[in-house]
Amino acid sequence: MADVRFEHVYKRYGDGANVISDLNLQVRDQEFLVLVGPSGCGKSTALRMIAGLEEISDGDLYIGQRRVNDVAPKDRDIAMVFQNYALYPHMSVFDNMAFSLKLRHLPKADIADRVQKAATMLGIRDYLQRKPRELSGGQRQRVALGRAIVREPQVFLMDEPLSNLDAKLRVQTRADIARLHQQVPTTTVYVTHDQVEAMTMGDRIAVLNAGIIQQLGTPTELYETPANLFVAGFIGSPSMDFFNARLVRQGDGAPVVLIGEGADEHKLTLEGETATQVAGQATADGRPVIVGIRPEAFALAGDATENTLTGTVDVVEHLGNEQLVYIRIPGAMVPETAETRGSTARLPAHADIHLNEKLTLAVDTNRLHLFDPATTNRFV
Amino acid sequence: MASIASSDTGVATQKGRSGRQEPSRDRWIAWLWAGPAILFVAVFLVYPVIYTLWLSLFSADSSSFVGLQNFRRIFTSSVLLEVLRNNLLWLVLGTIATVFFGLVIAVLVDRVRFEGVAKAAIFIPMSISFVGASVIWSFMYQYQPAGQEQTGLINAVITKFGFAPQSWLTTPGLANFALIAIYVWMWTGFCMVILSAALKSVPADILEAARVDGANEFAIFFRVTVPMISPTIVVVATTMVINLLKIFDIIYVTTGGNFGTNVIAMSYYQQLFTFNDSGLASALAVILLLAVIPVLYFNIRRFRAEGVR
Repeated sequence: MADVRFEHVYKRYGDGANVISDLNLQVRDQEFLVLVGPSGCGKSTALRMIAGLEEISDGDLYIGQRRVNDVAPKDRDIAMVFQNYALYPHMSVFDNMAFSLKLRHLPKADIADRVQKAATMLGIRDYLQRKPRELSGGQRQRVALGRAIVREPQVFLMDEPLSNLDAKLRVQTRADIARLHQQVPTTTVYVTHDQVEAMTMGDRIAVLNAGIIQQLGTPTELYETPANLFVAGFIGSPSMDFFNARLVRQGDGAPVVLIGEGADEHKLTLEGETATQVAGQATADGRPVIVGIRPEAFALAGDATENTLTGTVDVVEHLGNEQLVYIRIPGAMVPETAETRGSTARLPAHADIHLNEKLTLAVDTNRLHLFDPATTNRFV
Repeated sequence: MASIASSDTGVATQKGRSGRQEPSRDRWIAWLWAGPAILFVAVFLVYPVIYTLWLSLFSADSSSFVGLQNFRRIFTSSVLLEVLRNNLLWLVLGTIATVFFGLVIAVLVDRVRFEGVAKAAIFIPMSISFVGASVIWSFMYQYQPAGQEQTGLINAVITKFGFAPQSWLTTPGLANFALIAIYVWMWTGFCMVILSAALKSVPADILEAARVDGANEFAIFFRVTVPMISPTIVVVATTMVINLLKIFDIIYVTTGGNFGTNVIAMSYYQQLFTFNDSGLASALAVILLLAVIPVLYFNIRRFRAEGVR
């Protein structure tokens, strides 16, 4: 058992570009930490640095008390699960799992014992004599996990282990890995690009973008108080809606945000914690801000006239238990790459909503997120 | 070859069975497709083989039946036994050396920047004919008595270091090794190129998994890489075995089979064209054929297994 610490770690390639810049991160003992981010953000590189498969350009990496920058992978006492499983095709399932133990010259009985135990835990006892090519994707995945478990290592490293499974199996294996971590609480670093996986599995999550940690925190912290626009947009599905707005104070001093212009202008009065935080600050009147609203913070307006936004319905997706409505609201910041041209609202399934109709939505102003357009950081 | 042909017809009849048309018509079509191949194999392969078998049971001028007399001569004459022994030496040493050096070089060039150049340099001898290579090496091995200026490269080098010059090609015992070296020089490149391609097909993450599992470079090589490319190693090795069983040109050009360097193919040639003993020559050819069959059978079985997988 051990923690893993990155201290001012850099990774540069020949062309001078930093893949990872000044990474400072402590993975606590027995913690399940998820590294999440879009492809190319450096998350796999960070993981491979822990494994010793990638050289560290600068900075220090510790596993427990030991600085491991120059320690060979085989001497780091870590186990890794690869995206494509990386099973040894010429060995049986048993031999795949026993390989690392044989290399450490453990007694035969011990090896058999450990492999049997892990195989039982993973439900692959019946396949021990088979070759990997005779197994399904899900079974191979389990063998790869088993190969890591039998090691009883200080740290587990998992590099997108679920990305090759179909949707149903992915959900199941996700739960299995979580359960496994409860049974065998070993320090685990888990890399994924899938924010749902990150949210469901991680004790803590580190969101990476462009080689820099954007935010480190529990799933709830990331969801409820995203540190910047990137985290706000990355965590949550469907993702948060953003609006260009101006922050002003009403006559009574209460902070409000104005979205849209002229006839389309809408006023949202800040409430709750955000309001308190903003109220405590001296800000110029009319200061531009970016307002973030989660799709579930919308509701049908009914008779309400305060704190509403109005737009044109662009797309309606019925999901059975709810519907996702994409609405074009003036002032919305919609990325050019977005699939639809609207902001997303999660509305009850029974609401009768038609394409191209004008729809007014009530906004839960307790749950507004404010960001600084200049720095993209959370506005506090 | 015979068994390849039979596998062709096997496929054809299988197709016929699974087809929806009437069986008799299918069978007719199957024979039509396979027919030309069977005809060719029969005329150019089966007939010569049977005729050779037949000749091997007759006297030198094919006039009288002698039974297995020719074979008895081969296995009792010390000269001919030496021929068999030499061939075995070629077989074992040549195969091991080419595959071993090919594999070692393939592994080494995989890690250098000028891989392409290095591989090309080692592969080039392949493009030279056996005769050309043998002539080149005859010059390399040239010998002048001690004290005289050495004209052969190898003797020039070793005398510079104070060793006595060797008459590489005329010293029995030494000559065989000198000749096998020529073959190894020619064919290591071939083994290297094919094994190198196999090495590159081993996924990087499997090697990384082994590294994380605690394997050092030797363990990775012998317990992961080699088993994973073993099908290719077997194919390369059997190709070398077949090549070496038939080895002729190098010996013909350099020693002509003298100085204890004779091999089956060379001896066969001598018996037939120098001594006009078609009986003994045919018997030697039959032995060569019998020696190749197990290797071919093994290779074909491998190919089929690969196809099933």
